[in-house]
This record gives sequence, C-alpha cells and structure tokens, in this order.
Amino acid sequence: METTTQSKAAIKGGEFLIRETLSHEVFIPEEFNEEQKMIMQQCKDFLVKEIYPRLDDIDSMKDPKLMPSLMDKAGELGLLGTSVPQELGGFGMDFNTSMLVAEVIGGGHSFAVALSAHTGIGTLPILYYGNEEQKKKYIPKLATGEWKAAYCLTEPDSGSDANSGKTKAVLSADGKHYVINGQKMWITNGGFADIYIVFAKIDNDKNLSAFIVEKSFGGVTMNEEEKKMGIKGSSTRQIFFNDCKVPVENLLSERENGFKIAVNILNVGRIKLGVAAVGGSKMALSTAIKYSNERKQFGVAISSFGAIKHKIAEAATRIFASESAHYRASQNIDDAYNAFVAGGMDSAKARLKALEEFAIECAILKVHGSEVLDFTVDEGVQIYGGMGFSAEGPMDRAYRDARINRIFEGTNEINRLLTIDMLLKRAMKGSLDLMNPAMAVQKELMSIPDFGATEEEGLFVKEKKALANLKKAGLMVAGAAIQKFMMKLSDEQEILMNLADMLIEGYVAESTLLRVEKLIGQRGEKACEIQKEMALIYLHTAIERAASAGKSAITSFAEGDEQRLMLMGLKRFTKVESYNLKEARRKVANHAIEKGEYAF
Amino acid sequence: MKILVCISHVPDTTSKINFTDNNTKFDGNGVQFIIGPYDDYALARAIEIKEANAGTTVTVLNVGPADTEPTIRKALAIGADDAVRVNAEPTDSFFVAKQIAEHAKSIGYDLILMGRESIDFNGGVVHGIVGELLGMPSLSPVMKLELDGTKAKLAREIEGGKELLEVNLPFVAGCQEPIAEWKIPNMRGIMSARTKPLQVVEPVVVDSGVSLQKFELPPAKGAVKMVSADNVAELVTLLKNEAKVL
Ligand SMILES: Cc1cc2nc3c(=O)[nH]c(=O)nc-3n(C[C@H](O)[C@H](O)[C@H](O)COP(=O)(O)OP(=O)(O)OC[C@H]3O[C@@H](n4cnc5c(N)ncnc54)[C@H](O)[C@@H]3O)c2cc1C
Repeated sequence: METTTQSKAAIKGGEFLIRETLSHEVFIPEEFNEEQKMIMQQCKDFLVKEIYPRLDDIDSMKDPKLMPSLMDKAGELGLLGTSVPQELGGFGMDFNTSMLVAEVIGGGHSFAVALSAHTGIGTLPILYYGNEEQKKKYIPKLATGEWKAAYCLTEPDSGSDANSGKTKAVLSADGKHYVINGQKMWITNGGFADIYIVFAKIDNDKNLSAFIVEKSFGGVTMNEEEKKMGIKGSSTRQIFFNDCKVPVENLLSERENGFKIAVNILNVGRIKLGVAAVGGSKMALSTAIKYSNERKQFGVAISSFGAIKHKIAEAATRIFASESAHYRASQNIDDAYNAFVAGGMDSAKARLKALEEFAIECAILKVHGSEVLDFTVDEGVQIYGGMGFSAEGPMDRAYRDARINRIFEGTNEINRLLTIDMLLKRAMKGSLDLMNPAMAVQKELMSIPDFGATEEEGLFVKEKKALANLKKAGLMVAGAAIQKFMMKLSDEQEILMNLADMLIEGYVAESTLLRVEKLIGQRGEKACEIQKEMALIYLHTAIERAASAGKSAITSFAEGDEQRLMLMGLKRFTKVESYNLKEARRKVANHAIEKGEYAF
Repeated sequence: MKILVCISHVPDTTSKINFTDNNTKFDGNGVQFIIGPYDDYALARAIEIKEANAGTTVTVLNVGPADTEPTIRKALAIGADDAVRVNAEPTDSFFVAKQIAEHAKSIGYDLILMGRESIDFNGGVVHGIVGELLGMPSLSPVMKLELDGTKAKLAREIEGGKELLEVNLPFVAGCQEPIAEWKIPNMRGIMSARTKPLQVVEPVVVDSGVSLQKFELPPAKGAVKMVSADNVAELVTLLKNEAKVL
C-alpha cells in the first residue's frame, strides 16, 4: 500500500509521454464510493427538479432574478461550496468529487455555465491567492451563494492575448485606494454578480494585477446582455469601470501577479470545463439514443440501422474515453496535492502547485472534452433528422450550447499550442526528460525493425505495444521538428497543432486502456466486454488520427530521404493488427440501445 | 414527537425488468435502486414536520438485506435522525407489516408514515396491516397532513373527489404527492449520513402463508395494424375476429 501511494504521488505532469503508467496507478470512475454516488444523484436530481423544467425560461432571460435564484437553490444544497474548506463554510471535498459535481451539472446548459463561473474562476482566485482577511470576508458568502462572483479578464482588444489588457489601476493620492478604469467584455455572471475579480495594470506595469471588486464600491456600469448563439440564459455583459475605488487591501496576491493568477486559475477551469462537457455529452447522447429507439422509418426503429449504430457507438466511445482521462488526471491532481500537504505545504498553495503540475493534462482535457461534446451534439442532430433542426426539439439547444466550449477558458487553438509549449519548456528546464527518449526513438528508427518477435499473449499486450509505439511516433515527429526549426518552431503553428493532436490522442487512448484493464482486473473480462470494445475502438481510431496528424507534419517540413525515413518510421510506429471495428461498434451501440441511454 | 417513516428499496422507475432462476428471482444486475417514490414523499413530509416542531425525531425503517443500506443512508442524508434495518428479504406485505409493527411497538411512535404503495410489487396494503396489528387507524392515500396538537387534519383521495378528515394521534398513513415537495439531500446531509445511527435488527418469525411461485413479464405488445378511417367495417371485423373484444 505504502509503495503504491508513493509511486502515485511521484507521477509528474506530462510524464505520460515518456513513462509507462500501470493500471493500478489510475483512478477509474467505477471506483467512486457510496457518498460520491449520492452526490452524483443529488446533482442529477437538482437538474431534474429545478433546471430542466425551466430551460426555456432560463434562456429567455425575461426574469433577471431567475438565474440568481437557481444559484441560491444550488447554494442551499451545498453545490457551490464543494471545493471550499470546511473552516471557510464549504465542504472541503477532494478535487475528484468536485469534478463529479462539475460533470453532472455540465448537463445543465446555461445554468452549468453560471455555476461553474461562480465556483471556479469567480471563487478560486480568492481561495487560492487571497490572504486570511480576504478569504474570511468573501469565501463563506461565495460558498453559500449569498454573494455571486464573476471574473473580468477579457477586454475588447485583449482576448487570447490576455496580458495585453488596457484596464488601469492607479493608487489614490491618500494611498488608500486603487482607482480602476477600463472596459471588460464577455463577462459571465456579469449581470448579477456582487463580486468581480478584475485584472488591471497598475500604472505602467508590464503585467496584470488582480483585484477583488465589490459592485457596491461604485463606478461599475454595464451594457445590456449580449445576444448569443447559445447558452442564452447565461448572463454575459460588457462591464465598465469608471473611477471605481477599490481599497488597497483588495489587491489580490502581489502587484503584477495577476497574469499568473489568471493562468493558474484557468488550469482548474479547463479540466472542469472538459469534464462538464463529458457530462453534457452523456446527456445529449442519451437523449439521441432514446429518440432513435422511438423513431420508426421503413417500419423499424432507426436505432436498428447500422449507420445510426455507428454514430451512437462512436460518440459513446469518445465520451467513455474522455471520462477515463479526466478522472485519471483529477486523481493525479489529488495525489499530488496530498503529497505536497504531507510535505508541509499550505493547502491553498498545494492545490495550485498540484494543478500547475498537471497543466498540460488540463489543457489536453479542455480540448478533448469540448470536441467530444461538439461531435456528440452534431451526431445528435443527425440522429434526430429534421427534428434535429427544429428549434423546438432538444437537440437545438444542445447543439448551440455546446459550441462555446471550444472558445472560452482559452480557445482550443491556444490550448493546443500550450500543451506543446509547456512540454517543451519542461524539457528545457530538465524537469521532464524528453531528450533521451527522443534520441532512443531516433536510434530505433535507424535500426532493423522489430517485427513483433515477442509472442507474449495476455490482456492488452499488443495494444500496449501499439500505444508505446504511438508515443514514439509523437516523439519522433516532435524531435525532428525541433531540430529543424529550433527556436522558430513557435512560428510553425500548423505543426504544433499536429503534435498536440498526437499528444492528446495518446493520452486519452492510454487512459481508456488503463481504465478497462483495471476494471477487468476487478470484475473479470466477461463483465467488461463492452468496455473492452470501447478501449479497442478508441485505440485504433486514435492511432489513425495520430498517424494522419504525423503525416501532415512530416510532409510539411521533411524532404527527400529524410521524409521517406520518417514516413516509414511513422508507419512502423502506427501499425496495429487489424480489428473489426464495425462489429465492435455494433456491440457498443446495441448495449446503449438496449439500455436506452449512455450506460457504461 | 416520534415519527417512523417506512421506506422501500425499489428499482428506479426506468429500469429494465428481468427475471432469473426460471422466473422465480428478480434480476437486480445493473439495476439502480432508489427510495420508493411514494415513501420519498412521506419522508419529505416527516422532515418538514420535524423542521417545524422542535424536539421531533424521524426514524426510517426498511425491511431488507444489507445491500439496501445505501438507500437507507440516502434517507438519513435527506434528514432522518436514525435508521433501523430489519435484516430480512421483504417477502410479502404481511411479513413486512409484521416486522414494522414489532419495531413500532417497542418504541411507541406518534406517527407512522410510508408511501401509499411500493413501486415494485405495488401491494398497497402494508399501512393497513400495520394499523391493524397496532390497533391504530390507518389511512391512505393521504395527500395532505397537518398536525394540530394531538390531532391531525388529513386530505385523502377518494373515488371522484377528496375527503377531509381529522384523526387522533397515533395513526398510520400511506402517503402520496402533493403531501410534500420531494427533497434532495444537501451536501451537509450527505456527509453526515455515514455518522448517523443505523441499527440492524433480526426479524421476528412470521408464518405468512404466502409463497412466491413465479414472475411473468407482461406480454410483448404486438404490431399495430392501421385501419383507414373510412373503413369502419374492417375495424369491426378485426375487433370481433382478431382482437376478440366485441
Ligand atoms: C459566452 C462567453 C463567455 C465568456 N466569459 C468570460 C468571462 O467570464 N471572463 C472573461 O474574462 N472572459 C470571458 N470570455 C472571453 C473568452 O475567454 C474569450 O472570448 C476567448 O479567450 C477568446 O478571445 P477573443 O474572443 O478575443 O478571441 P481572439 O483572441 O480574437 O481569437 C480569435 C481567433 O484567433 C485565434 N487566435 C488568437 N490568438 C492566437 C494565437 N496566438 N495563435 C493561434 N490562434 C490564435 C483564436 O484561437 C480564435 O480562433 C467569454 C466569452 C464568451 C463568448
């Protein structure tokens, strides 16, 4: 037992690329305990009782008090305080449990956005960076929902380039206040928030600072609600700060530390967004599966058609895969946190350090979760046919609401760039040894291929080899690209996107395989037949997608013999024994169709 | 005041029902179990009464094997103070009622609430038998329950209308909506459920004289035959000869 915890705590972020993870090292959602399952049910019941009957009213925004009153109800149930320590009025739950809440509430459309902005980017800056007085003053009220929070980073001219904002803070003559002037845009919960986390530059600083601004300080005005494509019930405002006087004690952390706060808080935001998208996907797919069982054409339910089964199975598999990766990472974050705390670190700092350690995974998951959701709602519309295009059917809202997830909390382009950027930075700093594994791959490339002489049999032996090879393919392409472009690699965004795709696919495929391996260890192979098919489907398709990304990259920067050698290497590293994916998908789809929902 | 709420542990309403062992056993594999929805209303009303009357305690009771404990803890999370599990398969209504009555006798409750029926066997008679065994009035389905000193004012659904009653405590009630709004447990409740007392007692021996022979699923629905609206003659022939309902 001792050694397991030790090895778990020692897992480093990004390390999955160069280290073989063992199935006993990952947490799987099947291991949630009774209390966590009760919390999951609590969140589902909350959606059924309070949110689903009001989706149209929420989106119409006719009653501006509706959303805050629903937040109050969530607060009464304790849903706003899961991550807040007990001494500050919350429930001090581990990260994994707060992920579970985010996942289920993720099926809650606009409400999910309001709740996650409040509990995440609204509350966490104070919880993680606030001093004792700030925490005591604000956190208990935020944990119950008495005060609602918004996060003001984006400006009209400062979106992805978040540190470029023009909002200014100037110290007043008596030294008691910062006077803030500027304009913020796209502020979630802006319409009803009592507290704003505002990022601004003090004087002519290079970097942002962060402030806790109460609406009651005065000097805060706003435009009308933005008219949006989706999440129409989520309040989104432009907010103006005109000589807004903020007491000096409301500076959060230190001067010029704001950008770092923004970035670190986004780590949590990203993985939570990803898991909320998983929750939204499960909901949308279940709705589509039900419809496919009810809708008859040519005398039979459309769920009996292979083309529909393919869609159901593919969406289900991606959801299952994404879920596997999310909870693997969130447990890693909890383990790292516990190890830091055991080493004597302060709790808030340990949370941040743990999240920072797994920032690469957080970015990967944001991208993956949001893209699985978009895939699922798109196929959901298709399964509904004409009714999918009706503004009165459930797929309309699901489809429109999904889209924002690829944009906020850092666009998926920015997050793809970040995954590779962070990986290379860690390699350069020496905290992650990419060099030696990359060189080993190069050596292997020059040597005589190993034609699979290992005749080892056993669960996932071949698949694990394929996975290890997939990682080699990534290292090969990355290594060659770095050699080619050196410091100019950042100008080659197309290649970075390809590399990010290879990385994402590798991480998610591995997480899925490990989950199923562990599950089979617990329940036996027969009981996990469907899960096994999903792991295989995901692995095979992930390898295909990664091979295609690798090929795009190689052909864009290598020529002649070098290109030939690398393409051969890519082929070798992405070779898998053929598998009848059609049959596998049918099994997965039939299971879902029989259950009438996403039930894995 | 002491309130007893009896809860059943039943398959979720959306469960697929299957049987095993030659159709003599219910297949609980992959089925999610919940507190019986009518019992949930009874529990919610009991908690409301507790919240409005200081000193009131709510005990939940379930007759069932150990795997019903998560369901019992859910009731504790919702707000019951303690729980009793009678360690036995709830084989039939008389058996269950007898266990409830045995426990209730030993404590002396002012109010015994439960759902109008469980949603697995839908017997709907346990409250009646419990009342009989304890010599108390038993009323069902109760849609409204207001305490008034040592009395309670009830509204009961009856054929074609509503009946308003006044009854002396103690009594037994089979409840249904809208007696209370169903309750979602809050986080504090969920976290404290583990620490609330859950007492396991052995059943009393009952010779109920009922034994289960076999389960049967309702026959599968046949295909629908469409008859065009202006072909009444064909419809009549079909109803006579095929459906044999005329
Ligand atoms: C509904 C909604 C709610 C929001 N809520 C909040 C909130 O509560 N608080 C808050 O502070 N912000 C919020 N935002 C803002 C959101 O985070 C930004 O919209 C997002 O970061 C993108 O910034 P932008 O809109 O300026 O797009 P841009 O930065 O202008 O991006 C436009 C396109 O260019 C791409 N791009 C930009 N830079 C690069 C680059 N270096 N390399 C490659 N591609 C690049 C982007 O990926 C994108 O495809 C919200 C936005 C919306 C729509």
